Amino acid sequence: MLAVAYAFPDVLVFACAALLILVGAIGVIAMKNPVHSALSLIMCLLGVALTFLAQRADFLAAAEIIVYAGAIVVLFLFVIMFLGVDKTQHPHVEPLVGQRWLAGVGVTVTVAGLITLMANSHWVSGVLSVSTGGTALAGGAGNITQLGDSVFTTYLLAFEATAGLLIIAVVGAVLLARRERPLDLDLDLDDEVEGEPSPAPDDDHGTMTPGDLVTDAATPREVSS
Amino acid sequence: MTIPASWYLILAALLFGIGAFGVLTRRSALIMFMCIELMLNAVNVTFVTFARSMSDIGGQTIVFFVMVVAAAEVTVGLGIVVAVFRRRASTSVDELSELQG
Repeated sequence: MLAVAYAFPDVLVFACAALLILVGAIGVIAMKNPVHSALSLIMCLLGVALTFLAQRADFLAAAEIIVYAGAIVVLFLFVIMFLGVDKTQHPHVEPLVGQRWLAGVGVTVTVAGLITLMANSHWVSGVLSVSTGGTALAGGAGNITQLGDSVFTTYLLAFEATAGLLIIAVVGAVLLARRERPLDLDLDLDDEVEGEPSPAPDDDHGTMTPGDLVTDAATPREVSS
Repeated sequence: MTIPASWYLILAALLFGIGAFGVLTRRSALIMFMCIELMLNAVNVTFVTFARSMSDIGGQTIVFFVMVVAAAEVTVGLGIVVAVFRRRASTSVDELSELQG
């Protein structure tokens, strides 16, 4: 019935995007293995990129795939592999009694409220061409030009603030993920050496004094001269 | 006739609901971050839909900034997860209960 009212390719694109998004999103929260969740997240993000593409947001669709599926999900996968895949979810341990049911009820009420709100609001069902004073949306490549103009003129301050935010995030991530206190590392090494006189490479290091380096560096010079 | 905006908005609402349910029920910090990404993407879909229906490029610009903020958030968040994992050997948020009085 609905397919008659709208063009078939549009409906097909929307159906594919909706299927990708919903199946991927449910996969993210339903999978036991975090790696599978990350792969479902990629699927969901591809669906989101498809909706962007269907709504004439070409640059954002490309950025979505590059930034999210290319960088963020890879970061997730990297951390999952780095920490080791733990499938030890404790599904029976609920810190709050009935938390799952309450969450389900709350989310259902919220989504139903959103949908009814949207069904009644004038900016969805009513007049669409609301004059907002902003620049009108162009199609195709003009859209990207428009987006660039908007970012670098109207939202220039926010753009610069974004640069600062990214720098702060990078420094913060390095600081957080750094292995701290090299003092502990030295203590651990000492303990190992004292505990068992195992094949420690310390002896090699002991003979490799700076004097060796100097002689090694000096001999070629003598040969060459 | 193109697809009406309400279809996309309903899809975004469902995506947001799934993400919120995941944040409320899953206990692994990594999965919770993925669910936060789901919710951010639902908002992105909403913004792009309104940019189209209201014919204003501002919505797409906001999506651009949301992506940047999401990337920064994931970077710092995963750094915190790694730092916590070093101490606790677990990514479950239920075990991070030291701050309760």
